[in-house]
Amino acid sequence: MLKHEQIEKSVALLIVLTLLVVSVGGLLEIVPLFFQKSTTTPVEGTKPYDAVRLAGRDVYIREGCYLCHSQMIRPFRAETERYGHYSVAGEYVYDHPFQWGSKRTGPDLHRVGGRYSDEWQRAHLMNPRDVVPESNMPAFAFLANTKAKTTVGADIEKKMQVMQMFANMRNLPTYSDADIKGAKAAIGDMTEMDVLIAYLQGMGTALSSMK
Amino acid sequence: MSDFVSQFWNLYVIVIVLVSVVGCWVFLLLQSKATFTPGVPTGHVWDETLEEYNNPMPKWWSWLFVITVIFALVYLALYPGLGNFKGMLGWTSAGQHTVEVAKMDAAVKPLYDKYLAMDVKAVAGDKQAMEMGKRLYLTYCMQCHGADARGAKGFPNLTDSDWQWGGESTQIVETISAGRMGVMPPHAQLGGETIKDLANYVRSLSGLPHDAVRAGKGQTAFNEAGCVGCHGVDAHGMQALGAPNLTDKIWLYGSSEATIIETITNGRTNKMPAWKDFLGDAKVHLLAAYVTSLSAK
Repeated sequence: MLKHEQIEKSVALLIVLTLLVVSVGGLLEIVPLFFQKSTTTPVEGTKPYDAVRLAGRDVYIREGCYLCHSQMIRPFRAETERYGHYSVAGEYVYDHPFQWGSKRTGPDLHRVGGRYSDEWQRAHLMNPRDVVPESNMPAFAFLANTKAKTTVGADIEKKMQVMQMFANMRNLPTYSDADIKGAKAAIGDMTEMDVLIAYLQGMGTALSSMK
Repeated sequence: MSDFVSQFWNLYVIVIVLVSVVGCWVFLLLQSKATFTPGVPTGHVWDETLEEYNNPMPKWWSWLFVITVIFALVYLALYPGLGNFKGMLGWTSAGQHTVEVAKMDAAVKPLYDKYLAMDVKAVAGDKQAMEMGKRLYLTYCMQCHGADARGAKGFPNLTDSDWQWGGESTQIVETISAGRMGVMPPHAQLGGETIKDLANYVRSLSGLPHDAVRAGKGQTAFNEAGCVGCHGVDAHGMQALGAPNLTDKIWLYGSSEATIIETITNGRTNKMPAWKDFLGDAKVHLLAAYVTSLSAK
């Protein structure tokens, strides 16, 4: 039988056995999730992000919104009363990578779609304190100065092709080639702020009428 | 129905979990049967004098280890964890949420029902109802209308006596339930000069400093350009369309000449979201009463 002393003295053996031990958690808690229907099947009403929202999502990621905002409503009454139906796995199937976040300096945004008017979102992004004087969110007025097609929208076709590939690998509904061809036109002259608002307004709407 | 795409993953989870848990126990048993020579160093020495001994594990520690193994097995029997096995308690996070919500709903329903049966104005006079209304307001409404309900640029002040869509109880309930969509169309086609005339006329209506000659021309334009269609011949507005009264001193977007010119040139669109599906009638009723109480002060 393998002796403690043998393992300690052979670095290679120590590495192999350590890797085996630390991988048990991941093998057990992560790998089976890829083979569960509830985590791989989209909830009814969940659609791939269209070109504009996909670009808006990249603004969200670039500006680090996830550092202060979560996109994960937990199944507690205190959260569902405020935000709406708790988040379910099937709503995230088109998120690469997901934006769950881990800290709420600001509120959760998973069901922010339709919660406020476009005008509110714009006023709030220009200067949050114009509408919520108590807010400590930074202003993102500069987003209105840049056309999305010069930054996040510049390689939108390529991004959509990658998303299309991910969806095809899992047999999920995805973009048609016409969608990808029309992506540039869909973004047109929209600013980074416009596409970000489009992304926000589409968020979590699949279950937004439920509580 | 199994959530896994195949039976393999069910077994995969069960086998790894049980082998890990039972394996820990077996490992502990083997270790406790090993022979030790307590008090004699193994011969490993670090940092000059730091020696290693090979003593048996303390008994209390071994027992704690056994307890964690037993705890794990009991836990896996009661709660979901072994593949498709749902656990003897049938616990789910969604189920726990449902129970939590049902319990709270049952507790507050008599209160909500009592206020729902009362007239909005009567509820507005009820101290407890207004405590509830204030909490609801601070959760759902303050983001646009402000914590003090005085609104912001583009978002109406709820504490004054001016009502864009009507201040009757039924109108307030309707506004909160179904939302409102206010649209002022752009009038850039009128040309800069005419728009400036109109802005001066609008300012004159509220008694603000203005150019009298331009205001006179603006009045003519006001009647001819279709402004009266929404704001009325007397410029008192029309609540059915959400068209504001232009003769008072209350301004949604601002009263400076530049802001008024911007409003007329580009138009304004604003939306109050619908809350009926999200909040339900009882909470809308309480909020309507709270809003009523704000302007009654």
